[in-house]
Amino acid sequence: MEITITINGTEVSRDVEPRTLLIHFIRDTPGLTGTHWGCDTSNCGACVVLMDGTPIKSCTTLAAMAVGHEIATVESLEVDGRLDPIQQGFHELHALHCGFCTPGMLMTTRALLDENPDPSDHEIRTAISGAICRCTGYKNIVAAVRWAADHEAATKQEAR
Amino acid sequence: MATTAPNLPSPEQERPIGFGRLKRKEDARFIRGQGTYLDDIRLPGMVHGAILRSPYAHARIVSIDTSEALALPGVAAVVTAKDLETLGLAWMPTISYDTQAVLAGDKVRFQGQEVAFVIATDEYIARDGCALIDVEYEPLPAVVNARKALDPDAPLIRDDKDGQVDNLASPTWEAGDEEATDRVFAEADVVVKRDIIYPRCHPAPLETCGMIADFNPKTGQLDIYNGNQAPNVHRTVYAHVAGLAEHMIRIRCNDIGGGFGNKVPVYPGYVCAIAGSIVAGVPVKWIEDRSENLMSTGFARDYIMHGEICAKDGKITGLRVDVIADHGAFDSTAQPTKFPAGFFHICCGSYDLEAAHVKVKAVYTNKAPGGVAYRCSFRITEAVYLVERMVHALALETGEDEIDLRMRSFIRPEQFPYETTTGWTFDSGNYAETMKVAMEIAGYDELRREQAEKRARGELMGIGVSFFTEGVGAGPRKHMDILGMSMNDGADLRVHPSGKAMVSISAQTQGQGHETTFAQIVAEELGIPPEDIQVRHGDTDRTPYGLGTYGSRSTPVSGAAVAVVSRKLRDKARLIAATMLETRPEDLAWEKGRWFVKGDAEQGALIEEIAAYAYSGAPMPEGLEGGLDSQVIYDPPNLTYPYGAYIAVVDIDPETAQVTVRRFIAVDDCGVRINPMIVDGQIHGGLAEGIGIALMELISFDEEGNCLNSSFMDYLIPTALECPDFELGETVTPCPHHPLGAKGVGESPNVGSPPAIVNAVIDALHQTHGVDHIDMPCTPARVWRAMQGNAEPPQ
Repeated sequence: MEITITINGTEVSRDVEPRTLLIHFIRDTPGLTGTHWGCDTSNCGACVVLMDGTPIKSCTTLAAMAVGHEIATVESLEVDGRLDPIQQGFHELHALHCGFCTPGMLMTTRALLDENPDPSDHEIRTAISGAICRCTGYKNIVAAVRWAADHEAATKQEAR
Repeated sequence: MATTAPNLPSPEQERPIGFGRLKRKEDARFIRGQGTYLDDIRLPGMVHGAILRSPYAHARIVSIDTSEALALPGVAAVVTAKDLETLGLAWMPTISYDTQAVLAGDKVRFQGQEVAFVIATDEYIARDGCALIDVEYEPLPAVVNARKALDPDAPLIRDDKDGQVDNLASPTWEAGDEEATDRVFAEADVVVKRDIIYPRCHPAPLETCGMIADFNPKTGQLDIYNGNQAPNVHRTVYAHVAGLAEHMIRIRCNDIGGGFGNKVPVYPGYVCAIAGSIVAGVPVKWIEDRSENLMSTGFARDYIMHGEICAKDGKITGLRVDVIADHGAFDSTAQPTKFPAGFFHICCGSYDLEAAHVKVKAVYTNKAPGGVAYRCSFRITEAVYLVERMVHALALETGEDEIDLRMRSFIRPEQFPYETTTGWTFDSGNYAETMKVAMEIAGYDELRREQAEKRARGELMGIGVSFFTEGVGAGPRKHMDILGMSMNDGADLRVHPSGKAMVSISAQTQGQGHETTFAQIVAEELGIPPEDIQVRHGDTDRTPYGLGTYGSRSTPVSGAAVAVVSRKLRDKARLIAATMLETRPEDLAWEKGRWFVKGDAEQGALIEEIAAYAYSGAPMPEGLEGGLDSQVIYDPPNLTYPYGAYIAVVDIDPETAQVTVRRFIAVDDCGVRINPMIVDGQIHGGLAEGIGIALMELISFDEEGNCLNSSFMDYLIPTALECPDFELGETVTPCPHHPLGAKGVGESPNVGSPPAIVNAVIDALHQTHGVDHIDMPCTPARVWRAMQGNAEPPQ
């Protein structure tokens, strides 16, 4: 079946089997390999992308289910050479080691800040509780999200 | 060419050089989703492999019919043991001098064992092909329990081995002095015994294992892409196994999504991918799924321990340990050759014992092979768990505070270097001081008061302590090798004519930040800014030989190699600078980035000026070759011995028995810290894994050998909600023999945290529920049963 999915603002068409998973579509067709596969069972969150702004697990979503929706991947975060504050925060606070969970963590926390610009530490921990990081122990991820939230608030303040 | 002081940066413009909290160089690609992990690599003409695995733990293979799979459009080949036999690849050696079936031919020996390898045009079709293979099995009784494996009538698992008549995997191994230990126990005031299990768990890195093998039949060149922790060793193994010339094999690791020991061994899937590429003549990619990772690749622990500890005059004096090690169906445990139980005999801990004796018996069972170190240096996790649980048990018996007992029994600072009763030479330490720092951060006395108040209200709060000493950085070539190869590491350093540098290392990062830390070492030694130093790793064609990254050996061995190679290069720079400055080398002094004339500091040469000179047409000092580069192989004189004091505070819900780690205090002494930010990050990560092991992570089996934890739905890994906001502290006791004074640290938190948490759980339940022992993982169901007086070992 021929399907068309909008990924990072670009329409991507391909003939796929109905069973094709969204993660494979994203990684194969436009070759966006930033989204990672980690577990098969929706537990690890390495495959998280945004569908119409909501984090979803692309390893347990059929590609066909994304037709008519806007998909955003980690590759969409940096715009015109400017890092998203959440990317910057992860770098500043050492919130990544091996980097494998990072794209899913970034998309999950980007969605959190879009919905709740000033989350508490517990709200941050709850938001990322569907994502596993085997390296960092999460402490610095929480701090990085806090950094991004503060940074965005300061930027908005300056804009006024 | 001489330079004067004004050319040096002023203090305000001081170079960002050397040790400190430098943000990581590797982040740039990872935060953009531009890492290159194995599955991100696509080669022209590449096909995909999938493995058919055994549904039985123990069964004879009657027949394998691949015809339907071969008829499926898109399937290129199906490889079975018969095909591998013709290539001489049906069996492979393990890291422990055992053999392991690449594909099962005679019988399967654990659930999930590799039976057939399907090669197809895409991974979906490859898996479809697996489903079409018809294997007829004749099920055999399975041996799951390691103790029962030793029964005289237990089914024989390894009937493939000549002369094997039982399920013993290797001769019983002993350390320490048995008679002296008996004497110490006979003279003791108090003896405490416990049966303690360190259950089977799994490193489960987020990226699973896999390989792309690309054999070129025209040239005989084999290109391998494979995230592993020891690329040079793997190349040597493939040369032996596949009969290929070692110089015609190139392994590239690129980025690795975590390892934690799981990516040390050579797995059957790798050999299948290589054989598949040799047969098919095109690149073959094989990547396991999560279930395959949990069911078949290197597990950790599975140590069944009987411990006895004794004390006299309030001080710990002796330890006796009897272990049954469950190695699964093939002995592929990872450790240096002369240490079949790894470094388990470091279980005398941080205490000045009079004697200790350790006995380890290893058995085969119908479970997956492994026995890798899950973020620990060769069984030190088991050793520390055992001794720290025993110390807690002894304190329970005598009714005193467990910290007081430790304080009286610690090795004292003036005793270093300290020869332990089981043969280790601890390098340096001030244990009591580190313990005090942890107590201070925790507010230990206040915590005990809070606990008493809560207990009076019927609330369950526990405080648990552990104090560990690790031996990391294997190791001295006179004592340690793996498969006959010394555990040394090389480093090649080149300073380019422009003063920028490249250092090639044999350590292999899986997220530890080598590209940053190793650049900082060169920066500290040569005064070249870290951003001007490229760290090259993970490519056997472009890096020196060395044994890789595991057992916290990167900084102790490879880091030392980089420091030494930098100093060697600096010595050469001195000779060149002397010629440049028309003086004698001994008249020059070094400051970061510059040789200058003693007594005339304005006369000097910057390292980049020396580099430019070294490559120019100007005359070199007599007998010295041009250029500015250097090579070393570093042979560590001893292990490094990091240590730490950990305190866990847990709350237990009296209604549900749910354990929550409310606080975790970790004070590590790993000597000099090169990048404290990265060190802290390593400790955070290891603590999270320790919480997982103590409370959640378990690979278990039913009586038929079915693996009950084969996905992340059943193998529970801590999320952000199970982890507290870790509280860290540090003391710094430099390693006397490491060129930078550094010790390893990556694994310390995984080693030290489980006993602290379990001790805290027992501490919460001892007075109210009479609990004096519980095995991990402390899940609600298991804690609940312990609260009812029915603590059970895990299956």
